[in-house]
Amino acid sequence: MTKLEVRHVSFAYEQTNVIEDISLTLNENELVCLLGVSGSGKTTLFNVISGLQKPDSGSVLLNGNDITGKPGNVSYMLQKDLLLPYRTIEDNVALPLMIKGVNKREAREKASKHFADFGLEGTQKRFPSELSGGMRQRAALLRTYMFSGEVALLDEPFSALDALTKHDIHSWYLGVMSRIKLSTLFITHDIDEAILLSDRIYLLNGKPGRITDEIIIERPGNTRDDFDLTGEFLDYKRMILSKL
Amino acid sequence: MKRKLQSTISKLALPVSAVIIILVVWQLVCTLGIVPSFLLPSPIDVGRAFVTDFPLLFSHSCVTLFETFLGLVLGIALGFVLALLMDRFNLLYKMLYPLIVLTQTVPTVAIAPLLVLWFGYETAPKVILIIIIVFFPIAVNLLDGYRSADSDTINLLRSMGASKTQILRYVKLPSALGHFFAGLKIAVSYAVVGAVISEWLGGFKGLGVYMTRVKKAYSFDKMFAVIFLISALSLLLMGLVNVLEKKFMPWKYRGRLKSNQ
Repeated sequence: MTKLEVRHVSFAYEQTNVIEDISLTLNENELVCLLGVSGSGKTTLFNVISGLQKPDSGSVLLNGNDITGKPGNVSYMLQKDLLLPYRTIEDNVALPLMIKGVNKREAREKASKHFADFGLEGTQKRFPSELSGGMRQRAALLRTYMFSGEVALLDEPFSALDALTKHDIHSWYLGVMSRIKLSTLFITHDIDEAILLSDRIYLLNGKPGRITDEIIIERPGNTRDDFDLTGEFLDYKRMILSKL
Repeated sequence: MKRKLQSTISKLALPVSAVIIILVVWQLVCTLGIVPSFLLPSPIDVGRAFVTDFPLLFSHSCVTLFETFLGLVLGIALGFVLALLMDRFNLLYKMLYPLIVLTQTVPTVAIAPLLVLWFGYETAPKVILIIIIVFFPIAVNLLDGYRSADSDTINLLRSMGASKTQILRYVKLPSALGHFFAGLKIAVSYAVVGAVISEWLGGFKGLGVYMTRVKKAYSFDKMFAVIFLISALSLLLMGLVNVLEKKFMPWKYRGRLKSNQ
């Protein structure tokens, strides 16, 4: 079932086209990646989908309803973790609920149910500055999930982490994903990450950014375990490198 | 805890010894008769004056402190509301900002007597003067604080569908707290001085009135006693602001863990 649909979206900033005629779909429980070099307008596209910016033309649909230029419908995690330094982790995570009008106590209660799932036990009363980078990223993901369990937009969610932490968080993330059933669209410029995590990959190229290719990733035995060590993985990588 | 105490002591050691040296030199200058005692009382004379006049100083302090607090509270409230409105309405910001700066170029000693003429010799002109002095550092610091709020964080909240009021409450206000307390530290010391100046220029009670009286009597020992008292009160209020800051901004003072970014 189609969760999110982007139809022919174009956006220009000061008369320069940033993205042009972009159409894509995201199905239920799917993990789809937007892969492209910097400057191909990936973040702009996310700003449009999240409703922060209105496209010059085209529309965005969530469950068939038009949400073009209307913020507050899909979860959006920006590049940095953006945890508010003056709120405890629990209050950071509960923030999206409080913005929706849920009272503080109830919001905290709802949020606390997911702390174990996200590997954040015992951090409720801590401040973000007291957590490691990987923990902060997980807290930010949980906050994104708290906003809406339907569709999440993740803008380079793991790019700030070092390679080892990144490897851990990838397997952790896939584990969480299989449990919480979130349809996710995420941006990365890391080809390995894209092939490893996604079900489908859209390639964004050029200035203005356009979608040039769509690649469906099929894993042998349908498992991600050690997929990055297989020949198929390298084939995908070669193919993507030739197209970028 | 013990280590904390030790570091506080070692931090205080240097300035305290400097003060002691100055006091000793000052005492020597007086006892050796280098400066005649009617021009410069010795520290011991000042201490004695402070003790004998303590009940009087205390009752005058109460009046001054009351005016200071009232002026501070109202001034902070005014600064707060102004900053809020100016942040929300850019037109207001453009209109009022130069005016607010202008109010600070008017010398307080010049408007204080006018305020006395307009509002009498009681509390009102003192409080109004303090409000005029106080609202500026509060409003300007808060405005800077609001504008320093991270634009990505604001975008994040906007993407969650937050209203302007929610963005103010969850992002701008907390981001401005540090700026607010910096402004408040300036404001409290200005407020005490403002109260004293205002009393000096016309009033019945307060440390400023006490000052004019001892000045006319050429009791320089009492003059020094009251000067030290005013400094001490200002310091006390600044200390109070520090305590409040620690209470309201706990995240700033918690142990920081090194991030692996």
